[in-house]
Amino acid sequence: MAGECSDRLRVPPMSERATRRTIILVPYLWLALFFLVPFAIVAKMSLSQVATAIPPYVPTFGLADGPTGWLAKAREFSLDNYGVIVGDRLYVDAFLASLRIAAIGTAILLVIGYPIAHAMARAPERWRPILVMAVILPFWTSFLIRVYAWIGILKPEGLLNELLLGLGLIGAPLAIANTETAVLIGVVYSYLPFMVLPLYAALERMDRTLLEAAQDLGCPPWKAFWRITVPLSLPGIVAGSFLCFIPITGEVVIPDLLGGSDTLMIGKTLWTEFFSNRDWPVASAVAVLLLVILVGPIMVYQRQQARQMEAGR
Amino acid sequence: MEPPERPSRGAFAPWDEPAARPLVVFEGVTKRFGAETAVSDLTLAIYEREFFALLGPSGCGKSTLMRMLAGFETPSAGRVLLAGQDLAGMPPHVRPVNMMFQSYALFPHMSVEKNIAFGLEMDGRPRDEVGARVAEALRMVKLEGLAGRRPHQLSGGQRQRVALARALVKRPKLLLLDEPLGALDRKLREETQFELMALQERLGLTFIIVTHDQDEAMTMATRIAVMDKGRIAQVGTPPVIYEAPATRHVAGFIGEINLVEGTVSGCDGRRVTVATAVGDLTVADAADSVAVGQAVAVAWRPEKTRIVRAGEAISNGRAVISGTVHDIGYLGGRTTYHVDVTGLRLKAAVANAARSVERPLGTGEAVKLAVAPDALLLLVR
Ligand SMILES: Nc1ncnc2c1ncn2[C@@H]1O[C@H](COP(=O)(O)OP(=O)(O)O)[C@@H](O)[C@H]1O
Ligand SMILES: [Mg+2]
Repeated sequence: MAGECSDRLRVPPMSERATRRTIILVPYLWLALFFLVPFAIVAKMSLSQVATAIPPYVPTFGLADGPTGWLAKAREFSLDNYGVIVGDRLYVDAFLASLRIAAIGTAILLVIGYPIAHAMARAPERWRPILVMAVILPFWTSFLIRVYAWIGILKPEGLLNELLLGLGLIGAPLAIANTETAVLIGVVYSYLPFMVLPLYAALERMDRTLLEAAQDLGCPPWKAFWRITVPLSLPGIVAGSFLCFIPITGEVVIPDLLGGSDTLMIGKTLWTEFFSNRDWPVASAVAVLLLVILVGPIMVYQRQQARQMEAGR
Repeated sequence: MEPPERPSRGAFAPWDEPAARPLVVFEGVTKRFGAETAVSDLTLAIYEREFFALLGPSGCGKSTLMRMLAGFETPSAGRVLLAGQDLAGMPPHVRPVNMMFQSYALFPHMSVEKNIAFGLEMDGRPRDEVGARVAEALRMVKLEGLAGRRPHQLSGGQRQRVALARALVKRPKLLLLDEPLGALDRKLREETQFELMALQERLGLTFIIVTHDQDEAMTMATRIAVMDKGRIAQVGTPPVIYEAPATRHVAGFIGEINLVEGTVSGCDGRRVTVATAVGDLTVADAADSVAVGQAVAVAWRPEKTRIVRAGEAISNGRAVISGTVHDIGYLGGRTTYHVDVTGLRLKAAVANAARSVERPLGTGEAVKLAVAPDALLLLVR
C-alpha cells in the first residue's frame, strides 16, 4: 500500500508531464528551425559544384525527382570545395589572420575592459545603473554608422591625424586607415560592451569583505587583486572573452570598412566568394569550416556557463 | 535573568593595577560618516589576555570601533594605540591584529586548507611550517577531515570554525571577533562560547568580541563595555555591569530590571530616599551623590524582589509596594510575576525551589512586593 502511494506521488500526472516535455521541446524546436535547418542547407551547398544557373550550383533537388532521383543527385556531392580551401594559402591565411586578430583583439579588450568593469563595480551603488547605461549607450546607434565614423577619425586627413598634427606630436599623417591596426581599433571599440558587461556582473557580485579579510591576513591590496579578485571574476573573464573572440573571428563589416585590401579576414573572404565570385559552394564550405573551428571555443564557453550554474553563483 | 555561571578566571584584573600597561588604547576617538557620528569621543583601555566584549544595540558603533583597530576605518579624531604604538597610517595588512568577520569572509575559491594557510603564506613562512601549523589549526577547531572541502560544502558551524582557525593560525597579539556566533543556532552557540573561552585562555591571547547578545557577553567576557550611540555607557566585569549598572541604558540593556522614576526627597550620606509613584524608596548605598529635588530613577532586579499575598507579613526594613498580579510567566526554573502598581508594571522572579506550591498565586490577586534597601540602585544618568 505504502509503496503504491509513494509511487503515485513520484509520477507526475500525464498533463503535467506533457507540459514539461513541451517546455523542454521549445528551445530544441527553435534550434532546429533557426540553426540546424539553415546549417544543413549550407552544409549541402558546400558539397555541391558551382554552375552558371539559378541558383548558381548543382545539384539542385526538386520535389519531382522522387527518392531515386534524390539518391542519384546525392552521388554528385563531393568534398572538392574543402580541398580547394585547404589547398589555397589565401584561405588558410585568412583563417589564421582572423584567429590572430580575434585573439589579439580579445586580449586588448580584456586589458581595457577589466579596469573599466572593476571601476564600475567599485563605484557608489547609485551610480552603477548610470554607468551600465553608458556602456550600453553606443548600441542605440547603428553599428554600421559607428564603424563608418571610425573611417572619418582614422583616415589620413581625419580627426585623429589633424589633432596629432595640430598638437605637433607628429610631422606627417599616420597611415592607420586600411591597416590591421585600424581593424583592431574598430574591433576593440565595437566589442567593448560585450567584454565589460560580463566582467562587471562577476565583479559586482563579489563580496568586498573578502578583500578586507585578505588584507587582514597580511595581503597587500595589489596582491589581493591577483589572489582574490581575479580568480573570483574568472567566470566573467571566460564569458567576456568568448563573447568577443567568437564573433570577432567571423567579423565582416569591420575588416571591410577599416581593413582595406591588406587585411584578409575569413568573414570578408566568405563575403567576396558569395557576392563577387558568386561561388556559393566554396562560400558555404568556408562557413562550415569557420563553424567547425569555433565549435571548440563555444563548447568550452558552454561548459563554463553550465559549471557556473551548478555552483549556483 | 541571573548572572550566568562562567569558569573562574582567578584574580585576573589588570585593569585594577595602576602599573599594568594596556594592550589597546582608544584615546578620544571619534568616527564620523558624513553627517553621522558612529563613534563619539570614546576612551577605552583593554589589557593583554583579556576577553573583552563590546556590547550594545545594533548600530551603536561596535563594528566601527573594531574596524578602526583592524585598520579598515580611520578615526576622524583621536588616537588608537596598540602596545603603546599609534596605529595611525598603518595599513591593515601590516597590523599585528587579526579579525574574524561576521560573515566569515571565507575565500570561496580556496579549500579549507588554503583558506587557513593564506595568512601564513602572506607572511612568507616556509612550506613545511605552513603545513604543520595549518594541520595544528585544523586539529584545534576539530576539522581535520575537511581540509580539502570548499567553503560552500560546509555547514554554518564548520565555516565559523574555519574562519576562527584562519584568524588564529597567525597567532595574532589581538584577535577581533565581530559577532562570531551570530549565525549559529542556540545550542551550537553556547558550546562554541565555552570553546572560545578555553582556547583564549590556553593560547594566552587577547580577544575583543563584538556582540549584541548580553548572555554571550556575560558568559565569555572578563570585562564588558556597554555601548550606546557611539559612546561607552559603562565598562566593568560582568557582575559589576549586572549588579551595579551605571546608567538607565545599561540597567535596561542587561537582563530584566524594574525601573521607577522619581525625585530625591532625602539625603543622608549614601543613603538616599526617593519619592516615586510607588511610594518612597530608600536606597541604602547610592553610587552617585545627589541633591534633594534631583530627578533620578530607582531600579532593582526582579529576582531580588520578594512577592507575598497582601495579607502576609514582611520583615522590617524592606521597601514594600502593593499591587495586583497581572500575568504569570512560568519558565521552569523560575516564575516571573508581572505586577500592576499604579500604572506601572513591575516584575518579580521567584526560583521554583520545590516541585509544587501549596497555594500558588493567581492572576488578579492582591500582592505585596518587598525589596531590601541594598538591592535598590540609584540611577542618575
Ligand atoms: N561605511 C559606512 N558609511 C556610512 N555609515 C556607516 C558606515 N559604517 C557604519 N556606518 C554607520 O555607523 C553606525 C555604526 O555602525 P556599526 O559600527 O556597524 O554598528 P554596530 O556594529 O554596532 O551595529 C551606524 O549607524 C551605521 O549606519
Ligand atoms: Mg556590526
